Amino acid sequence: MASDRPQPAIIEVQDLVAHYGVRRILDGISLTVNDGEIMVIMGGSGSGKSTLLRYLLGLNRPTSGKVRMLGKDITHMSGQELFELRRNIGVAFQGGALFGSMTVGENIRLPLREHAKLDEQTMQIMTRMKLEVVNLLGFEDLMPAELSGGMVKRAAVARAIIMDPKLLFFDEPSAGLDPVTAAELDELILRLRDAMHMTIIVVTHELESAFKIADRIAVLDAGKILLCGSVDEVRQSGDERIQDILNRRPRNEDVDPEEYLRRLTGEAL
Amino acid sequence: MTSRRKENPLLVFVEDVGRATVRGIAELGYVAGLLGESLYWLVLGPRRRQPVRLAAVFGEMMNIGIQAIPIVAVLNLAIGIMLAIQGIATLKLFGAESQVVVGIALSVTREFSPLLVSILVAGRSGSAITARIGTMLESQEIDALRVIGISPVRYLAAPVLLAMLIIVPTLTILGDFMGMLGGAIYSGVELNISLWAYANRSIEVLAVDDIRQGLVKSTVFAVIIAMVGLSNGFQVRGGAAGVGRATTRSVVMSISYIVLADMLFTYFLNR
Repeated sequence: MASDRPQPAIIEVQDLVAHYGVRRILDGISLTVNDGEIMVIMGGSGSGKSTLLRYLLGLNRPTSGKVRMLGKDITHMSGQELFELRRNIGVAFQGGALFGSMTVGENIRLPLREHAKLDEQTMQIMTRMKLEVVNLLGFEDLMPAELSGGMVKRAAVARAIIMDPKLLFFDEPSAGLDPVTAAELDELILRLRDAMHMTIIVVTHELESAFKIADRIAVLDAGKILLCGSVDEVRQSGDERIQDILNRRPRNEDVDPEEYLRRLTGEAL
Repeated sequence: MTSRRKENPLLVFVEDVGRATVRGIAELGYVAGLLGESLYWLVLGPRRRQPVRLAAVFGEMMNIGIQAIPIVAVLNLAIGIMLAIQGIATLKLFGAESQVVVGIALSVTREFSPLLVSILVAGRSGSAITARIGTMLESQEIDALRVIGISPVRYLAAPVLLAMLIIVPTLTILGDFMGMLGGAIYSGVELNISLWAYANRSIEVLAVDDIRQGLVKSTVFAVIIAMVGLSNGFQVRGGAAGVGRATTRSVVMSISYIVLADMLFTYFLNR
């Protein structure tokens, strides 16, 4: 379905605005993700990066703006169209989000069971193939509660790739993992892109991991994209906020004494 | 907004009433939507090649129904015995002890069995459903279902609704038997009525309508338990504390609605 033009856009976000209650979380986000690249969406806590991911996945409807994915606008899609589109998308959630009532193997097979008509044995073989990819072969019959944090995340990756999706999303892949396991997961992400030609979007706040795996990085702050560019462009950026993030500097916002006093006494403006 | 609220207590009151009303209507709408969508998947799911899985329905039936059999049996038996004790004591005043059979047969099938069974199921399973769905929501399992392309309503809600609709009336029939058995046991000891005579007399008194009244009620109660449990689960906010709050709310709400619905039904069915 993709044309042969160089780097066709897989995801196109245009002026995405989203609110949580009355708070504006995303403030006019525009972003393109090209075929076969690893795009890292980076930002601190509260920058809106997890929210952006929810909108990219079509889990929430935005206030305004467009999200085009694989050539279709997902903000105005019927349930059935979204259902079809989701065969081509895999997501590895932050905490794994494996279903606690099923074994690891059943978790991984679930998308197959829902989307494809295959016999049990074929599905088992495919499950084992994906488990092999994430180095979890032999853990098929365990329950998610019996796995370590790193194993849960890898099992979640196996479930995300079981349908061989064109597009793979990672939410905070290295959060809560020790450095070695985190590095292994980074390797896995690179391997998936190279071996399976997936387009991968990673949401993270880990600098090291972002620089290691990213083709391009979009830096998100307070609901806006500060910069979207290659790793070098981000490193050499003159923007103060980006340098704060890169150098782990605390924000020095000027404090207005009167405003501070008002905040303390709890008086509304 | 804060400063305005401080100024005028009346305004605060009006604002609170308004907000509560809007919340209530929103929730009613949500429940109606959830019920509609569950029924939609149950009926049209197979045609869209996304059927409600039978395995899930049977799983829920095991949890809600089979495992509740012992407690339903014991408590309904106890209620039957209790009714016999009270009935005989009261009817003795008129010298009509033997009429206790009629009283028990009618009150158990029409009232006590559906009510007791529903309250038990609400306490055992309504709360469990809320807690399970709330926890799944908090751990992003519901999001995971949606991105896989599985409707959480089809996968989680519809099986619960169908299982409730089958199980609660079935347990009510069991409750009918156990309640009358309780009555028979006590009457047998106290009034020397044989079990056989008691059974014959009960069958004689009971019309189809009495049993049906109980079953219609229990079907309505089943919908209440399922929808209250599910909607509270899907609306959990705020982590573990939120799950706890929703669970408590779910049980209190189902039992209140069951009792209120029971009153309305009894009124309209007996006019």
